[in-house]
Amino acid sequence: MASELSAYQDAFARALLAPGADRDDSPVAGLTAQPGFAVYRNTVLKGCIDALAANHPAVARLVGDEWFRAAAAVYARETLPSHPTLLDYGAGFAEFLETFPPAAELPYLADVARLDRLWSSAHVAADAAPLDPAALASLPPSRMGAVRLRPHPAARWRWFEAPIYSIWSRSREGDGTIGELDWHGEGALLTRPFDDLRHLPLTRAGAAFLDACAGSESVEAAVLAALDVDAQADLAALIRQLLDAGALAALDPWISQE
Amino acid sequence: MPSLIPISAGLGLKPQHFADAKDCMAPGLWFEVHPENYMVDGGPRLRWLETIRRDHPLSLHGVALSLAADADPDPRHLDRLAALVDRFEPALVSEHLAWSTWQGAYRPDLLPVPRTAEALARIVANIGRAQERLRRPIALENPSHYLRFGQLEYGEVEFLTEIARRSGCALLLDVNNVFVSAGNLGDDPARTIDAVPGELIAEIHLAGHSADPLHGRRLLIDSHDAPVAPDVWRLYERLIARIGPRPTLIERDENIPAFADLLAERQRAHDSLVAAMPMAEAA
Repeated sequence: MASELSAYQDAFARALLAPGADRDDSPVAGLTAQPGFAVYRNTVLKGCIDALAANHPAVARLVGDEWFRAAAAVYARETLPSHPTLLDYGAGFAEFLETFPPAAELPYLADVARLDRLWSSAHVAADAAPLDPAALASLPPSRMGAVRLRPHPAARWRWFEAPIYSIWSRSREGDGTIGELDWHGEGALLTRPFDDLRHLPLTRAGAAFLDACAGSESVEAAVLAALDVDAQADLAALIRQLLDAGALAALDPWISQE
Repeated sequence: MPSLIPISAGLGLKPQHFADAKDCMAPGLWFEVHPENYMVDGGPRLRWLETIRRDHPLSLHGVALSLAADADPDPRHLDRLAALVDRFEPALVSEHLAWSTWQGAYRPDLLPVPRTAEALARIVANIGRAQERLRRPIALENPSHYLRFGQLEYGEVEFLTEIARRSGCALLLDVNNVFVSAGNLGDDPARTIDAVPGELIAEIHLAGHSADPLHGRRLLIDSHDAPVAPDVWRLYERLIARIGPRPTLIERDENIPAFADLLAERQRAHDSLVAAMPMAEAA
């Protein structure tokens, strides 16, 4: 049999998200009707909405504070945080926006939310030394194809079929105006080789290359994956871009020793 | 080695004040943070805190261990807290007499628990688990009350004292919470301030509150969005006149002013502490 404390906590938790009077036999009867109960209802909802706003600043700026907070309140009532570290709260927010009727006219909003989340997760990801271009250059050319390059633990990337990177970066920076857009697919790369987060555009081939590296493929296989999506891709330029951005982690020690 | 929190005044540390805080050398200044904001795999946050910790004692003030839930504390959350305790060697670790995680969902608030024998036993057991995992005693903060419960088996001070005696934890007495609760429940805050056993109090919190927009002063909110109120300062001085000086924190979480403004408020607490020192120590 459930304890009285458990029964109370079940009822209290339910009443937080379901306004209205409770039945007389409820363990929280006599509490929910007091003005003070609204303090808890408001604080819980505000905490969730504030966390969603902090984790999705580009979305919030695109739609404005009022719209964002109203949408976030609907999401929070459906999906409370699963744990207390709110830095990753909102894992399903992008999917929610895809089916949220008021967002129907903003079909790009869900992908902007996805990019916002990539940024948040890069910010708190594990630290690691980025790959030193000299270490890569010192490998014998005969071994290069078999080497596995690992994405840096704080690197995040994604290819989008719309100009999401432009919308996202313009929303986050400057005065937030989006301006004219050339409607085509765009990739985004976020890196944090040291403390400062950087973002830059990424080609479709670049995203395919990094996906292959993340899947523990060899350089040779990653190159083939990149050429598979874009036969004209400039692989040398791509690898230089990834090295400059700190998107790759240091080689495993055994690779440089052999 | 964990440094001791000096018997002086500290400040809740906000990210926007990192640069000012890092360079501030006010004597006896220490900082308190919510550990949940540092439960990350890596990145600049941990580096900021390391920089602060290099020159200042640190206190970890948890908001989410959910010690008053009728469930064991989440072992993953405890592990992450223990990792921060190991890494930053805080002088104080504290938590709230409240619950927030229940049946797999977290509610970002400090939810109230009725003061019953059943709740007391559960809270004592949960604090025991936390202290065992952290390998140190914690301090437990008294809540702000907004609700009038029907039948309660313990008075507030009796409940806090009994928890501390049975679990071995200390108390963090939040004077603003005492004031807000007394206002909301129609009690005399001085009675609570006078009754908490001084030897159990490891830390004192001071913060601002506000009146509910709908109900006015009949419903006070522990909002941490304003300077400490004059009534709360008076209660604080009454408390340390009775129990002697204790590490005292100025908390501010909303409507955050310039660092210098918080430092001035902190100086007032610091001056009160110096005035409350026994003559031999002050000399």
